[in-house]
Amino acid sequence: MKKLLLGDEAIAQGAIDAGLSGVYAYPGTPSTEITEYIQHNPLATERGLHSRWCTNEKTAMEAALGMSFMGKRAMVCMKHVGLNVCADPFVNSAMTGVNGGVVVVVADDPSMHSSQDEQDSRFYGKFAMLPVFEPASQQEAYDMMAAAFDYSERQQLPVLMRVTTRMAHSRAVVSTCEAARPENPLNYDAQAANWVLLPANARRRNDKVTAQQAQLEADAVASPYNIYSVPAVAQPPYALGVLASGIACNYVQEALQMAGADGMLPMLKVSQYPLPKALVRRLLGDCERVLIVEEGQPFIEEQVRGVAESNHILGRLTGELPRTGELTPDVVGQALQRAGAPWATASAATPDTPLVVPRPPALCQGCGHRDVYAALNEVLREYEHPRVFGDIGCYTLGFLPPYRAIHSCVDMGASITMAKGAADAGQWPAVAVIGDSTFTHSGMTGLLDAVNEGTDITVIISDNLTTAMTGGQDSAGTNKYEAICRGLGVPDEHLHVVVPLPKNMAEITRIIRDEINYHGVSVIIPRRECIQTLKRHAKKQREQ
Amino acid sequence: MKKDIILCGVGGQGILSIATIIGEAAMQAGLQIKQAEVHGMSQRGGDVQSHLRISSEPIYSDLIPLGGADVIISMEPMEALRYVPYLKADGWVVTSSVPFVNIPNYPADTDIQAALAQLPHVVSIDIDQLAKDSGVPRSANMVLLGAAAQAIGIGYEQLASAIGHVFARKGEAVVGANLRALALGKQSSGL
Repeated sequence: MKKLLLGDEAIAQGAIDAGLSGVYAYPGTPSTEITEYIQHNPLATERGLHSRWCTNEKTAMEAALGMSFMGKRAMVCMKHVGLNVCADPFVNSAMTGVNGGVVVVVADDPSMHSSQDEQDSRFYGKFAMLPVFEPASQQEAYDMMAAAFDYSERQQLPVLMRVTTRMAHSRAVVSTCEAARPENPLNYDAQAANWVLLPANARRRNDKVTAQQAQLEADAVASPYNIYSVPAVAQPPYALGVLASGIACNYVQEALQMAGADGMLPMLKVSQYPLPKALVRRLLGDCERVLIVEEGQPFIEEQVRGVAESNHILGRLTGELPRTGELTPDVVGQALQRAGAPWATASAATPDTPLVVPRPPALCQGCGHRDVYAALNEVLREYEHPRVFGDIGCYTLGFLPPYRAIHSCVDMGASITMAKGAADAGQWPAVAVIGDSTFTHSGMTGLLDAVNEGTDITVIISDNLTTAMTGGQDSAGTNKYEAICRGLGVPDEHLHVVVPLPKNMAEITRIIRDEINYHGVSVIIPRRECIQTLKRHAKKQREQ
Repeated sequence: MKKDIILCGVGGQGILSIATIIGEAAMQAGLQIKQAEVHGMSQRGGDVQSHLRISSEPIYSDLIPLGGADVIISMEPMEALRYVPYLKADGWVVTSSVPFVNIPNYPADTDIQAALAQLPHVVSIDIDQLAKDSGVPRSANMVLLGAAAQAIGIGYEQLASAIGHVFARKGEAVVGANLRALALGKQSSGL
């Protein structure tokens, strides 16, 4: 069957067809569509596959391990920074190993289209001593899912599947199989001695997994996804060869095609790790110089160059490619030219039009966050040095004009804990602004710290009843925020719910002012549905 | 056959629906497709674009090289100009003529029209007015697609059939409105 699928959707379809029993995930661009596809897939619904959103990436990873413990196949999906959140169970999952197959899909975001950093998840795979798959096309992404689940079960280790924005959010025609494999049955083969990571057990497992590395590398050398191809006409030594990983291969091929030089360079495509050193040595032996092209950080390049810093290894570290940022066919074409490929690649581009101005994203008209920032700014104008600690979500846009309302945004949940640290340092007023979904993801524990110390902070949980920035997924704490705050020890008289609308401005500003002047933890919850999900719900109702 | 198309506009204007129709038509025609989309933060009223590549031969890169696009299809005139570095020297621009002003420093409309006039092949249409006048106000993006039909190398009939297929579950009325909009665009483009 042929389907036009996003890379994310190809991964989801591949997982379903591989006999998946559950996907565990927290939304995050560019990974969100994997889980959404499964949520709307008829077979997944018929089979009752788990696909509900998790509270954060750590709960997701742990639940997937539990499903695997029982013998079934589980997938975990997240954006790259989500892997930091679940680093603890992820790294330890190499120590426990798996029973049913586990594939952890992580979507990196080079050039930071929607992210705070450019971290490359392949380092995590190496760090945890786990095999990493990196598809070069949507078709390969689909095919790799079944292979990754099989491999996970064969090696009894989770597999890390690394994609980047352009793979996640680009569509292509994908051939899928006619019938999905059945789910694994429950099985009780998981040995407690592997899963109870007391030092004695963990040491034994650590020896085992370390010894397994040679096999993983041999498998990578033999992998059908790692391909070394040489020109049909010429013989070694070649002046220039290319080592390209994942979708970087496509940009090299594009540049060759544009120059009418298809198949003219020896090329090693790497899509399965650990790095297949035997193949890399062949390439190095055949070529005088090698250009290494990879999306993300110079992960392979550093391994190949080592400390010897050979002049024959070129890439991001030597300036042929930009040190940071997403690859494009143009930068790869230029790199090939700099590396001495004997043909021109770039075609003449029309120059930029100087009158075009940036059009940054903005909070929607009618969004409740706007009213929150309007009220907050009005009150904080009365203080000499107010500080507002922001968080991750649509409301991060409150940094931009016209509000210019926040002074920090670091990671999920950091608003509350940073406000606490600032208050500990003597700052007043210290205000935290956090969204509903971000609060349950990683804000609750920080609020407990503040409550336990009676820290002088004012926390605003701007509740729009959804995870808005990623497109309106369910938010784990909806209808529970007052109860959560009360449970963590926020006193009733300093816990307020308001409706963020211009007509309520007098009430909202009065409450904010009073709570800033109260020297302890207070929580204000402005609650109004996201304007985007509101429109969608209204449309759905009209259609029914 | 090979066409590289930049689709662009402002988040929420419906460029992904245009991409879906072209993609569906290309798939029905047995062509290869790669279509890179923008999701996430930019969709909040920021500029959005999609690189759409269709070809009878294998397509490698998901992104179009600079100077490689055969046509820019834009829901907004300044956004059309933003992607001009991607346009081939003799490429086409098919754009809505109606500015979407959600920033304080939006340039003067006359300057935009003048910059567009510098390009070799430009079709600029008030798709909003056309769609409204013809009773299909919510299908302005399909008017634009109709206007661009000649430039994208896929038969008009195939685009119409893709509309029927993609909008089928929304009912006959929606399919009909989008087909009328497509025809309207084709007529008004003068191509």
